[in-house]
Amino acid sequence: MTTKALTSVNPSKSTGSAAGSFKRLVGNRIGSAFALVIAVLWTVPTFGLFLSSFRPEAEIKGSGWWTVFTDPQFTLDNYAQILGGATSTNLAVYFQNSVVIAIPATIAPLILAIMASYAFSVLQWKGRDIVFVAVFTLQIVPLQMALIPLLRVFSGTAVADVFPFLSLWVAHTIFGLPLAIFLLHNFMSEVPRDLIEAARIDGAGHVTVFMRVMLPLMLPAIASYAIFQFLWVWNDLLVGLTFSGGSRTVQPLTAALAAMTGDRGQDWHLLTAGAFISILLPLVVFFALQRFFVRGLLAGSVKG
Amino acid sequence: MRTQKLRRYGVGIAGGIAMTLALAGCAGDDLGGGSTGGGGDTDADCAAFEQYGTFEGDRVTLSSTISDQEGDQLEESWADFVACTGITIEHNGTNEFESQIFVQVEGGNAPDLAIFPQPGLMQRMNEGGHLVPAGDDVLAAAEENYTEDWLSYGNIDGTQFGVPVMGSVKSFVWYSPSVFEENGYEIPETWDEMMELTDQIVADHGSDTVKPWCFGIESGGATGWPATDFVEDMVLREAGPDVYDQWVDHEIPFDDSQIVASLDRAGDILKNEDYVNGGIGDPRSIASTPWADAGLQVLNDNCFLFRAASFFEAQLPEGTDVSPDGDIFAFYLPADSADEQPLLVAGDYVAAFNDNEATQALQAYLASSEWANSRVSIGGVVSPNQGVDPANASSDVLRLTLELMQDEDAIARFDGSDLMPSEVGAGTFWSQMTAWIDGQTESDAALAAIESSWPE
Amino acid sequence: MGFFLYSKNGQLILAVLAFVALLAVLLLIAKFADRIKGRKQTLVMVAVFGGPALLLLVLGQVYPAIRTMWMSLMDRRSENFVGLTNYAYLFEDGLTALANTMLWVVLVPAGSTIIGLVYAVLIDKSRFEKVAKSLLFLPMAISFVGAGIIWKFVYEYRGSAQEQIGLLNALITSLGFEPVRFLQDAPLNTVFLIVVMVWIQAGFAMVVLSAAIKAVPIDIIEAARLDGASAWQLFTRVTVPSIRPSLVVVLTTICIATLKVFDITLTMTGAEFNTQVLANEMYDWSFTFGNNGIGSAMAVVIFLLVIPLVVYNVRQMNKNKAVRG
Repeated sequence: MTTKALTSVNPSKSTGSAAGSFKRLVGNRIGSAFALVIAVLWTVPTFGLFLSSFRPEAEIKGSGWWTVFTDPQFTLDNYAQILGGATSTNLAVYFQNSVVIAIPATIAPLILAIMASYAFSVLQWKGRDIVFVAVFTLQIVPLQMALIPLLRVFSGTAVADVFPFLSLWVAHTIFGLPLAIFLLHNFMSEVPRDLIEAARIDGAGHVTVFMRVMLPLMLPAIASYAIFQFLWVWNDLLVGLTFSGGSRTVQPLTAALAAMTGDRGQDWHLLTAGAFISILLPLVVFFALQRFFVRGLLAGSVKG
Repeated sequence: MRTQKLRRYGVGIAGGIAMTLALAGCAGDDLGGGSTGGGGDTDADCAAFEQYGTFEGDRVTLSSTISDQEGDQLEESWADFVACTGITIEHNGTNEFESQIFVQVEGGNAPDLAIFPQPGLMQRMNEGGHLVPAGDDVLAAAEENYTEDWLSYGNIDGTQFGVPVMGSVKSFVWYSPSVFEENGYEIPETWDEMMELTDQIVADHGSDTVKPWCFGIESGGATGWPATDFVEDMVLREAGPDVYDQWVDHEIPFDDSQIVASLDRAGDILKNEDYVNGGIGDPRSIASTPWADAGLQVLNDNCFLFRAASFFEAQLPEGTDVSPDGDIFAFYLPADSADEQPLLVAGDYVAAFNDNEATQALQAYLASSEWANSRVSIGGVVSPNQGVDPANASSDVLRLTLELMQDEDAIARFDGSDLMPSEVGAGTFWSQMTAWIDGQTESDAALAAIESSWPE
Repeated sequence: MGFFLYSKNGQLILAVLAFVALLAVLLLIAKFADRIKGRKQTLVMVAVFGGPALLLLVLGQVYPAIRTMWMSLMDRRSENFVGLTNYAYLFEDGLTALANTMLWVVLVPAGSTIIGLVYAVLIDKSRFEKVAKSLLFLPMAISFVGAGIIWKFVYEYRGSAQEQIGLLNALITSLGFEPVRFLQDAPLNTVFLIVVMVWIQAGFAMVVLSAAIKAVPIDIIEAARLDGASAWQLFTRVTVPSIRPSLVVVLTTICIATLKVFDITLTMTGAEFNTQVLANEMYDWSFTFGNNGIGSAMAVVIFLLVIPLVVYNVRQMNKNKAVRG
């Protein structure tokens, strides 16, 4: 394992990979330059936001962020205001809410979808393909249309009063499921059938196959999906607004940010700082899980 | 080996979660189990609140568009009421109120009370049979404190549902008193004087960057609303209050010739290259400029006149001197003669979704002059409540607003787009005015398009 | 016990524990079912593995979908049957939105996938791979509200005599050209909005495709090279076909996300200047104007737009199955 990892990052070997062929085609230097251009284009807007978040209010509204290079004026006021200011703009509370919402809302659809994918790819049953296509099609049901019926399930129940986050968790789980099943099923059906058959012949039951064969093989795919689902939930506004009933005790960070872009004008200086704070945790999660991406989806399965 | 690895990641992830929790835990972790409505622990004289009764742990939820600092001020305004009656008020202010209230109510999750920024929206809630008429105590307080005009917008087919709480005056022109003094400009008292002043400014200062007027109508999903306000003010001046009423009630077509003339009067300013858009660009730039950002050009001396409502004050940077001889102040947008004073106003109405005692008590309190004075004293807003003492207004502009609002001679008319059906008032009226300013369509064509969108 | 009921963190932990307990019970059932033989076993297994997800989907998606279709045939308050009137409206007054939506749904998936794929290939196994990936991924971590703010500082327009505060116009004017109204001039303004969505989605395409590329067995490539294939042939005839399933997944996912997106248009242009899209117009009609009929009709049209995509995916699935045998 270790030696393989070492050799695979060795640049001299890169020509042998699928990507290497293309890279040789465009020429290493032009290719690198092109990648650099894309990277810069993709980063500059966010960099502008980052710099803006440290600029005084009047400066943000009056001049471009690049003027800081010629006329540096920095302040921490924007951050001080959103982290220590009035209760409704104090983002610390909303940050916690977003965390409390996002963790179960990532775990639940993930696990349910892995299990469902197993039912759709390994188990053989009548009508399986039709049901799968139906689930796939459900991805497109607009969220907006599902809000009211789902809200009715929870509204006025005692459970919803005691567990204010429950409806949010369930809603995110439901809205995340179709895509999760679609993605994970696709990855799972790439797992060679021989592996499963071999395990079955050895006398392994479905639980064993699922836990011991599928889960380890699917780990990279699971990690990738986990981060995407986490991001979608973290960045969601509509579900958060609706199922929190507007209640500040459960509203996510995005709702607080949206409230700063009111009808009566925009607090650009607070928004820049707030937007930046909202990016932090997703980035931490991305870096934490990145090793899986580099290993590659199902990389293990193909190599045995 | 694989399971070992799995476990290692598992530990790592669990550790990460624990750390995040610890970090987030500093933020105040209560879920309402411990918070109570207070009761007793206050310096306030509770005698004034006896009429509302006392409650044990009752909770009233209130939704509104009022968020951020304004939201905190609102919550501060009823602190004594909360302390004396024992009612806990859970206020939820969001800028998505307009669509959220609809979803909440249809989903069976309506709040107890809601403060509607538009009477038209309140009317739509009532169409679904969701609202509850104001109770006797509420009605008594409302009738005592508000003029019939103000009450009428909360009245649906003869039944009072909504009670006004806060109001604003839209017929203001913001200017810089110090700049006016430097140049020897006088505050115009008639429309013609204002236009003469405009030409004077062009002659004195006109350049590519400095223009007499500035304006912006960009406001996200509500882009276009400042333009509709401008046009409504013109209708009041060009056609008069009676025609205005007929127009808002759709007794005359939306594109009546008098309305076309009013829109053209707005165009005399907004579409004139020499008059707009100070500090920003040409007339088309109005369509893409955030409305409040446009007004800030007055502070930069790039423009001299900016028509905007009283609540523009809240958009000014901290430390701005807002006074008759300061950095910025407002004068009344003049009519054709100095004798007439048509006034475009707008306001928020509180209506109830149930008749629980606590709900009704809070609604009655919000209708009282005690609350209005409490809220106005905290600052930032005014209320059309007749019982408000102008001395309580937190700024000169708000005092002026309050005086205009309470002026017997002023002919006040409510913001028409807030009263029209939302397909028009929050739909085609906004979008057609945007297209008109953007130069995509002519006055009559724009108004005709709005007329054809009016629902039967 | 109070901790679990009255604090947010407590409820969070409680929820996770409850979910784990539920899974344990399900797997235990499956464990017992493993002993049963024949069709009954499969039935129990399907119920255990697929049941919870399907149950939630019926409640939260199937029912709303049917309800929406029914409402699209009713009047604004869903009280009277009006037939296809709502659809007729769409084809009279909603054509701009329809045309723009088509443009979005073609350009966003294509743009994001091409950029994601090319980038993934270029940085593959380079020394900076991790950093490079993070940079393209960065926009995915930003909410639409945040993206709206970021791009405001890019597209902002001021008259030619004024100081520009938008990055692009600052560049353009510094080169001596007239500033451009990026968001105001149709039809290009729609393209500039699409750029924002591509900016967000390219990271997704890159992550998934990069993983797929790494999974292509080296021996296939080597074999093709020994056969004398050129670099271009290798890329088009070996690499791309090998990651084809992942490409389909990426294109499909981005397509669907694009059909649903309304936030970008709403926050950046307020859907003015001919930038309206169906998802936003649906939101307006359903929630702002309170007309369930027209709003639902738009939802159904969005739904119909996906059918070609579904058909394509199903055929693809069958093909894969045929290959695998």
